[in-house]
Amino acid sequence: MNQNAQRIVNNPKFQELVAKRSAFAWTLSIAMLVIYFGFILLVAFGKQFLGTPIGSGVTTWGIPIGVFTIVSAFILTGIYVHRANGEFDEMNRQILEESK
Amino acid sequence: MRAIHTRIAAVTAAATGAALLLPTGAMADAIGGSVQKQATNWSAILMFLAFVLFTLGITYWAARRTKSAKDFYAAGGGITGFQNGLAIAGDYMSAASFLGIAGLVYASGFDGLIYSVGWLVGWPIVLFLIAERLRNLGKYTFADVASYRFQQTPIRTLSACGSLATVTFYLIAQMVGAGKLIQLLFGLDYLVAVILVGVLMIGYVTFGGMLATTWVQIIKAVMLLSGASFMAFMILAKFGFSPEAMFKAAVDIHPKGLAIMSPGTLVSDPISAISLGMALMFGTAGLPHILMRFFTVSDAKEARKSVFYATGFIGYFYILTFIIGFGAILMILAPDANGAYPFLTAGPAAGAKAAITAIIGGTNMAAIHTAHAVGGDLFYGFISAVAFATILAVVAGLTLAGASAVSHDLYASVFAKGRANEADEIRVSKITTVVIGIVSIILGVAFENQNVAFMVGLAFVIAASANFPILLMSMFWGKMTTRGAVMGGALGLISAIVLLVLGPTVWKAVLGNPAAIFPYDNPGFFTIPLAFAGIWFFSITDNSEQAQKERRAFEAQYIRSQTGLGAEGASAH
Repeated sequence: MNQNAQRIVNNPKFQELVAKRSAFAWTLSIAMLVIYFGFILLVAFGKQFLGTPIGSGVTTWGIPIGVFTIVSAFILTGIYVHRANGEFDEMNRQILEESK
Repeated sequence: MRAIHTRIAAVTAAATGAALLLPTGAMADAIGGSVQKQATNWSAILMFLAFVLFTLGITYWAARRTKSAKDFYAAGGGITGFQNGLAIAGDYMSAASFLGIAGLVYASGFDGLIYSVGWLVGWPIVLFLIAERLRNLGKYTFADVASYRFQQTPIRTLSACGSLATVTFYLIAQMVGAGKLIQLLFGLDYLVAVILVGVLMIGYVTFGGMLATTWVQIIKAVMLLSGASFMAFMILAKFGFSPEAMFKAAVDIHPKGLAIMSPGTLVSDPISAISLGMALMFGTAGLPHILMRFFTVSDAKEARKSVFYATGFIGYFYILTFIIGFGAILMILAPDANGAYPFLTAGPAAGAKAAITAIIGGTNMAAIHTAHAVGGDLFYGFISAVAFATILAVVAGLTLAGASAVSHDLYASVFAKGRANEADEIRVSKITTVVIGIVSIILGVAFENQNVAFMVGLAFVIAASANFPILLMSMFWGKMTTRGAVMGGALGLISAIVLLVLGPTVWKAVLGNPAAIFPYDNPGFFTIPLAFAGIWFFSITDNSEQAQKERRAFEAQYIRSQTGLGAEGASAH
């Protein structure tokens, strides 16, 4: 390992960045998995519920739930990019700066 | 048992149907059976010619700027996050997802949404776990990352096999789909259509490399998104922008009535449902032509932005296809102002509802007929041209990924042991592109009358079972060794192919055996965990000198993957 890399490992900020970013990425991944496989399990086991009309119309609960799953994918990526490209990249920049 | 099998067969058939323009039971569609050649559609042909001329112009421009290997494989690394997001969307939204999902919604309503969701949810996973590490570690192909600290020859060879298998199955499905679709839309011969697609894709990729491919994908994405937005707008406008009013009208006219508003028979048993979900979600994260796109941006920041924009565009597009599918029910199954049914082979008997299957050209034509109904002849021509452009953009991306696996992984790293010069490597890549083009024309012709529905499913399962586990574990698990990666990856690859062949789609439907040996159409539920288990087991039991060295090399790789220290930058020009 070269000198810069050695300095990075020894920098407590690096440990902090990795811990924070990994925890964040895994939390969001699990959120996506829960939402999606929740939807799939509803499709497999909860057809009745998904097919129940909301109020007196013909629109069923399945429609907003399906659309929510799609929109949640976009929102989760937005949340991650916002924090990673701001807070985490700033920490990363400092770490690289200090390793020189 | 029999009933279950039939149901499962319906699931995968419909799943792949959406992916592939496939044919099952009631859904007689473009890829499935014989297609009648339609009258030559001049407005569509003229608009498509304009697209071809414009993209060839771009290819000429790109060719003059494509000099180094980095230009050829990665467009010099100078694509912005927003542009790359559009290009990813253009690479991913196939004609199958546009026409197939709209057709599925037209035929079964809510079920179409199940597939749209599955096709989208892999993207956040790509972002959270893969994109930035991939960008920080790799250069041109995902095998750069998978083999980063390991022995090059075995891992590159295996990754190249995984890439080529994925690309080939995907390409066959696209070529056959393209041939049938173009026959329907433009009234051209199947053979002419397949050759046209093959020749254009060779042209884009050999001369313009990644830069031309990227712009073809961006233009296609913009055309597809604007065309679909216009259609959805026109449909909703008829109902005062009230989805409830639109659903109500569709329920009144559809032969299945209220059933189109809830999940049907497409996904019925939990193993099939989860298996399909796993293959779609993790397959997305293992598609070589998609992973390759992350090397076209300058750094991890832009790579993240690409996925954000791509997820937005793709998600928006799937919501549009859902509206378009409902629009199709209303435009096709209801009489027009003159009381006629212009898009059905026969109108309903007095007092009866129109039959879904009476649609001219099969359910995959639902979106196209709807375009005709909402926008007249000119818009119909535009949407037909968009469908063709869509196929071209997807096959160009696939071809480039296949050519890179051969030239960068097999030729430069395995055969020449990293001593090949750039000019030779690019030459090999261009030759491979021509070979892949010719082979896919031949395969397209050979499979003309075959049911190729299962092939997109196969591509996703292979990507999820071989490429994805090696890639993910190589980035996250420091104890992995070359032996573990090769054994686990090979187990995933082989088990995916074997179980797919033994399953109902191939063993029963294609080979004509009375019953399938393996009961599920989608083996992802078994093969993906098998690959991970193989990687784990053959790594922890590996105590060789080489394995120790590879484990010690993880920390340096880890630092680079996290911080981008030493990562490939954008080229100067």
